[in-house]
Amino acid sequence: MLDPARDRRWFEQATLEALPELLGLARRLTGNREDAEDLASEAITRAWLHRGTLRDCERFSGWVVRILTNLFLSQRRSEATHPHESLDLEEDFSLFERLHQPFLLWWGTPEQEFLDRLLREDLIRAIEALPEPFRIVVVLADIQGYPYGEIAESLGTPVGTVRSRLARGRALLQKALWEHACDSGLRSASLERRSDPP
Amino acid sequence: MSGENPMTCEEALRLLAVFLDGELHGEPHDALESHLEVCRSCYSRAEFERRLKTEIGRLRGEEVSSDFEARIRSILSSFASSAAEQPDRS
Repeated sequence: MLDPARDRRWFEQATLEALPELLGLARRLTGNREDAEDLASEAITRAWLHRGTLRDCERFSGWVVRILTNLFLSQRRSEATHPHESLDLEEDFSLFERLHQPFLLWWGTPEQEFLDRLLREDLIRAIEALPEPFRIVVVLADIQGYPYGEIAESLGTPVGTVRSRLARGRALLQKALWEHACDSGLRSASLERRSDPP
Repeated sequence: MSGENPMTCEEALRLLAVFLDGELHGEPHDALESHLEVCRSCYSRAEFERRLKTEIGRLRGEEVSSDFEARIRSILSSFASSAAEQPDRS
């Protein structure tokens, strides 16, 4: 862009349009509002400073999202956060299998029932409670839709590590959703139905 | 079923997440796809995982508070003084 005033006005408009997505990603990555707002603010400043690297204005949103992701990852590297891969974490917990227990099959299709009742807030809480190394890959793969190769490149890890963290992250997420469902009375409700006279 | 040896349920479930992520290619992809066409149990599991993944994908975006929007507008206004400067192209 050649006109500095127009350049700034365009940047401002594009940034405000992308703000909900930026803030959402920052919130999911950091797990709290204050850090998320700081991260999004810094990403916007960086985007302004490096606006000359944006080749296609139509791709502003994806470009600034990538800046935010890289900024977050570089901050985490500098804070020397170590993945919990040595922890003994379940990799094969399946929510589907838990929902398919015989007593729940009284509901007909308990897995559909579960998904119909699943609240956005429950999912957010479960994701934000994941240990950070697993939260990052779940957010990048399942919310942002990044391919394994890009996530591996951003994290500086092999693709196999991404797959492994994703499997563990999803298992932990499903376990948290199951436990929340149980706490909310899923099991007791189904058992009450079972004991009802025909 | 594809190939001489149809995929087992165990193999199908092991590859399911990679398949749903669009990262499974070639013969394993085709074998899993064929398996899902004939195995009701694995198909149900795949549909559940697919729908859960879709729900997670909907978490994009967050409501922006008026305070935060004001903070961002203030940052954007501060760029006005530097607008004439050349952006970093590196």
